Amino acid sequence: MSTTTTGTTTAPLGSLAQRVLRSRTMAALTQPHGVDRYLELVNPMWAAHEVRARIADVHREVDVPGHPPVATLTLEPTSTWQGHRAGQHVQLGVEVDGARRTTRVFTVSSPDSRPGDRFTVTMRANPDGVVSRYLTGRAAIGSTVHLSQAQGDFVLPDRVPEHVVMISGGSGITPVMSMLRSLQRRTHRGRVTFIHYAQSPEHQIYAAELADVAASGHGIDLHLLHPELGDPALSPAWLERLVPGYREVPTWACGPAPLIEAVHGAYDGSEALHVEYFKPPRTGGGEAGGEITFARSGRTAPNTGESLLVQAEALGLRPESGCRMGICFTCVSRKDEGTVRHVVSGDESSLPDEEIRVCVSAPVGDCTVDL
Amino acid sequence: MTMTMTNPQPTAEEAAGTKRLTAEQLERLGEELDAIRQRILADLGEEDAAYIRKVVKAQRGFEIAGRALFYLPPAWPLAVASLSISKILDNMEIGHNVMHGQYDWMGDPGLNSRMYEWDNVCPSDQWKNSHNFIHHTYTNIVGKDRDIGYGVLRMDEDQPWHPYYLGNPVYALLLMVFFEWGVAMHDLEVENLVSGGRSLEDNKPLYPGLLRKMRRQAVKDYLLFPALTGPLFPLTFAGNAVANLVRNVWAFNIIFCGHFPAGVATFSIEECEDETRGHWYYRQLLGSANITGGKVFHLLTGNLSHQIEHHLFPDLPARRYPQIAEEVREICERYDLDYNAGPLGKQLFSVARKICRMALPDRRKAPQDDVVEPVEVVTEPTVAA
Ligand SMILES: Cc1cc2nc3c(=O)[nH]c(=O)nc-3n(C[C@H](O)[C@H](O)[C@H](O)COP(=O)(O)OP(=O)(O)OC[C@H]3O[C@@H](n4cnc5c(N)ncnc54)[C@H](O)[C@@H]3O)c2cc1C
Ligand code: FES
Repeated sequence: MSTTTTGTTTAPLGSLAQRVLRSRTMAALTQPHGVDRYLELVNPMWAAHEVRARIADVHREVDVPGHPPVATLTLEPTSTWQGHRAGQHVQLGVEVDGARRTTRVFTVSSPDSRPGDRFTVTMRANPDGVVSRYLTGRAAIGSTVHLSQAQGDFVLPDRVPEHVVMISGGSGITPVMSMLRSLQRRTHRGRVTFIHYAQSPEHQIYAAELADVAASGHGIDLHLLHPELGDPALSPAWLERLVPGYREVPTWACGPAPLIEAVHGAYDGSEALHVEYFKPPRTGGGEAGGEITFARSGRTAPNTGESLLVQAEALGLRPESGCRMGICFTCVSRKDEGTVRHVVSGDESSLPDEEIRVCVSAPVGDCTVDL
Repeated sequence: MTMTMTNPQPTAEEAAGTKRLTAEQLERLGEELDAIRQRILADLGEEDAAYIRKVVKAQRGFEIAGRALFYLPPAWPLAVASLSISKILDNMEIGHNVMHGQYDWMGDPGLNSRMYEWDNVCPSDQWKNSHNFIHHTYTNIVGKDRDIGYGVLRMDEDQPWHPYYLGNPVYALLLMVFFEWGVAMHDLEVENLVSGGRSLEDNKPLYPGLLRKMRRQAVKDYLLFPALTGPLFPLTFAGNAVANLVRNVWAFNIIFCGHFPAGVATFSIEECEDETRGHWYYRQLLGSANITGGKVFHLLTGNLSHQIEHHLFPDLPARRYPQIAEEVREICERYDLDYNAGPLGKQLFSVARKICRMALPDRRKAPQDDVVEPVEVVTEPTVAA
């Protein structure tokens, strides 16, 4: 069976069928379950609203013995995929062993995509990573994964500035790689300074492609650095030498916490800097003190100031979670009372009976949650 | 807020219906049942997921077949049967159980208690409040569990008699025929509006959701699908109505057999104050009754034929209930607790008799046929050891 693989222009019949499937009449006929609950039983690649994808290819990018491998997955989405802007991410859910759907967030690493287009994600297979290890090691080509639409505002503006700087470390290369690829496709005429930190040349993701970019030039300044092997670490002085007046140059940065800290230090609050986090930053949590109560399981403990999700897990509870950083809403639970602080924004909220994302909410003082 | 409708002095019937255990016994009972729960929770996986997906697939199959068969007038009875089975599966083995969160661990939005909506006029969020919260928390506490008689019927001696209840059998019949509508109106607590315990204002937030769901269900079953069959409109219309009726009658009967056969105990609010986990289990055990039968029967009841196991472990996948029933029965034997089970005919007869008897004022001294053997150990269950 062949489903549309190019997906760029859907056949007229296809679009008519889509229009019917998405119509209000169809919704009324298939309520309360919705048309997708019927279509998926016929073919998982048929959908009117939801987004799913077939794994078309898995390709090892990096395989250093003794280190977690990095792989790129090519995904062929349902026609419901609305495309993405370089730098955006998707929620990717897999049913490990046919039962528990687990959702994690990954960046689209291929250039801007249009509706229905194939795209890639690149992931490090974390040693205990539920989703990444499954996808890079066990998932069969042709199997289906669940997706969200692309989301996130770590993207280039519509009018790309003359000069942009991209700084990344490790697997944080994915969003800026998508940007770089898009700029190349759009034949961006300006300058790109692309700085990437890896443990060693063997750890370099997209090594061959980046070597081609370096060779062909076209206004792309490529700097692949390995501080562990003696290359200079990121510092204001080093940046200033590379890009004079860098604080004024629009910059996109993504990588491990120490790198992002160094970048923040160097840019000193400059508005030109855009940062993407793969993990919630460790700052901004609540303070220890007071007592947390998990009402449904009847457990209480002194508040450590960490996120409610982490504190619940420390007590042996197993609340549902997905991205663990406030993106997917899997962990939403009701806070009966108390104050919580958002670990990223620092915003506090004290409303009773409030739905909160426990993965990014740290209690401030006493707090009761329905878990 | 006063809710006391019960007589503070336990009557003879009440004491007889609730065999007492000592505080230590209750604690051990709780531990044994918790152990079963932990064991099943740790074992949940692929088989449970495959099972519920298979049921969903079957339900959707019956639904599509039913809708399609209405185009063949001679197949009308088959169409109605198919659609009835679809609605029964949807409401019971899938809807009721999914909305209890039995499959939340699967992480599938299509089978998640927070998102599931059933093929029934009652909006799922309102049902989850009255059923999952009120009924499962306050099971068989007279004056708190509004499922005792659904605010319309008199199903327990502790509900004071009133001439209104002379109509008990008629109300029961009406409730059966219009069961889904009854369930939908359940949250409006009409009886409390009448008694003044609730104001119309309290119900306002419920109306939009309720009306929306009712409208959608009605448009689908009584307008769109009949219209799609063109000249067969009246036949399809009638067929959909019959399928809804079949589901109503079936669900009503199964559910009434779960808590109202003779021998099922009720409790007073006082007995359940500061309740321990063990006493909660004990109340669930004595407050529920099972229906015996074959595999297909259990499936069509949504495994509510294992009402006892369901009340002990409302959030474990229902397909597990038959697996643990033997163990629960054995525990009951050891603690000398009644494990109320019987074939459908017997349980139904017993329920019907109770409905009729409750229509009349109590005959205090008359022999009670639903009395469990006399009490041996009488200890206040909630006294700390
Ligand atoms: C916007 C965004 C974009 C991202 N893009 C990418 C990308 O392009 N490529 C990429 O590789 N990563 C990306 N990530 C990071 C990725 O989402 C996380 O690393 C994710 O955890 C990977 O899932 P996993 O299956 O590998 O591991 P997980 O199962 O999440 O485990 C990761 C680590 O967390 C630990 N862990 C897991 N569950 C728990 C638990 N319950 N309690 C305590 N610790 C636990 C594990 O031991 C493991 O070491 C992105 C993250 C965000 C927020
Ligand atoms: S786990 Fe995704 S929002 Fe909390």
